[in-house]
Amino acid sequence: MPESEQSRNRSRSAETEHAEELTPADSAHKAELDADVDSLLDEIDLVLESNAEEFVRSFVQKGGQ
Amino acid sequence: MVAAAGSPISPPPVLRVMGIETEYGIAALGQPVGDELHPMQLSNHVVKGYGWTTTAQPAGWDYETETPLRDIRGYEISRTAAHPDQLTDADLGMANVILTNGARLYVDHAHPEYSGPEVTNALDAVRYDKAGDAVMAIAADQASRTLGQSIRLYKNNTDGKGVSYGTHENYLLERSTPFDRVVTQFTGFLVSRQVITGAGRVGLGQASQRAGFQISQRADFFEAEVGLETTLNRPIINTRDEPHADASRHRRLHVITGDANLSEISTYLKVGTASWVLRAIENGTVPAGVRVDSPVGAMHSVSHDPSCRGLLTLTDGRRLTAMDLQEIYLEAARTCYDLVVENLAETARIEAKDVFTRWQETLDALRRDPGELADQLDWVAKLDLMESYRERDGLGWDSPKLALIDLQYCDVDPRRSLFAALVRKGRMRRLVTDEEIEQARSHPPTDTRAYFRGRVMDKFGPAVVAASWDSVIFDVPGRAALQRLPLLDPLKGTRAQVEAVIDRSADVGELFANLDQ
Repeated sequence: MPESEQSRNRSRSAETEHAEELTPADSAHKAELDADVDSLLDEIDLVLESNAEEFVRSFVQKGGQ
Repeated sequence: MVAAAGSPISPPPVLRVMGIETEYGIAALGQPVGDELHPMQLSNHVVKGYGWTTTAQPAGWDYETETPLRDIRGYEISRTAAHPDQLTDADLGMANVILTNGARLYVDHAHPEYSGPEVTNALDAVRYDKAGDAVMAIAADQASRTLGQSIRLYKNNTDGKGVSYGTHENYLLERSTPFDRVVTQFTGFLVSRQVITGAGRVGLGQASQRAGFQISQRADFFEAEVGLETTLNRPIINTRDEPHADASRHRRLHVITGDANLSEISTYLKVGTASWVLRAIENGTVPAGVRVDSPVGAMHSVSHDPSCRGLLTLTDGRRLTAMDLQEIYLEAARTCYDLVVENLAETARIEAKDVFTRWQETLDALRRDPGELADQLDWVAKLDLMESYRERDGLGWDSPKLALIDLQYCDVDPRRSLFAALVRKGRMRRLVTDEEIEQARSHPPTDTRAYFRGRVMDKFGPAVVAASWDSVIFDVPGRAALQRLPLLDPLKGTRAQVEAVIDRSADVGELFANLDQ
């Protein structure tokens, strides 16, 4: 396991270095990700049941295994 | 007859026979046309609904009597032939259908249940588990039409108000393995595997007494270490022992701790890792000291810790994370693999290596940042989605909207399912295709007795009077007595053994004439 421990540490430090060198391309990528999440939530808003509180309250089940 | 189809020359294959059964949550929206129906009756409409969609002659269906159903796709099991545990709802005339894929669709307690066919590998377990979701989506649609209300089915395990219903795994074990070894060694695996297999849940405590997010749907409902119960005082290790096979050689381990998973990878790892850990226990490669202290409390604390940083205590005093404990089981599985590899078919070797690789990568990712697995594991995907909502809308964990997302994630209807929305957006990785799932919905696995069961339901359904996991009873024209075909060996009745004889038999009379030869 020491080996996998090492590789974990390596990848962690690689991430840290990466984080320190934020380039304009990275910022653009982050903005893209944010836009992606926004559009996901917008899409999900369209299919979510209306009146969450009432819907969740009325979901009552009988016992099972 | 079937049992005589080929005597083995080589050593028996090291195959693990297993299957998944799921009780789905059920709700009816809107005003009922007549009296409000009990969930058991609603579930009955769901099961019947699927029967209607697959029958060529709906007039032949009659669930109110015990007349065998003359339909090529499904039939009602007769009381006399049913195993006693299948009679739970018989007094109420509840629907019970054997599907052409070898699965059983029926009403269990107040839920529609899909019990998948016996399979021998994790990928087939995924295919037939997803096929069950597809079955339920069709069944809910049909029941909605019949009742004039919208019937919603949810593949989850709790209503968040104190009630839980199960997703059970079944694994056939060697009877020769001491059961107390299974109890002591498998418990720690079940407690720690939640970080991989959890489906995620809003609410802490059985009735969501406290606000928050936890990893597992089921964890809070476990109150005992070992026992026979499945509905009360639920035990981590269930001792129910109906092997549906030769009881002198096998026991069936009924695993009741699992969550209902939507993610194919979650199910694949759930079944793939458990079957290998059981093999490791059978072969004695799990270190004897691996015993979790106070497993019930540990079950809850692992689930309540989405950071996955908390430590479990072993009875020898060691303290370690759920991932470290899982890694001990992974090492035991690898050691076991080296012991049994000679007896494994090539396909089983390939899947074993794939399971070990994914298992390791999953544990490594959980150690770094569970968020890395948002496209693979249910609980992480759900948490990730909820955190996005929390950030955008400033929601607390007591927000009904988050509880709704929790519920709607697992709606079986792909038009409403949030899991399906994530898949459509390319945000969940998959292991099987829609075409494979559709195939699995109507065709049985090829390498277990489910093949025989499914094929005869498809081809000779009207002649099938009754069936159970380990038998099929036929009404054969020209024969005075009903003909009972025992299928006690789950690995007999495979495609290799019975395809030719089924194919060349035009009717059930020919089938029996051919089987008698």
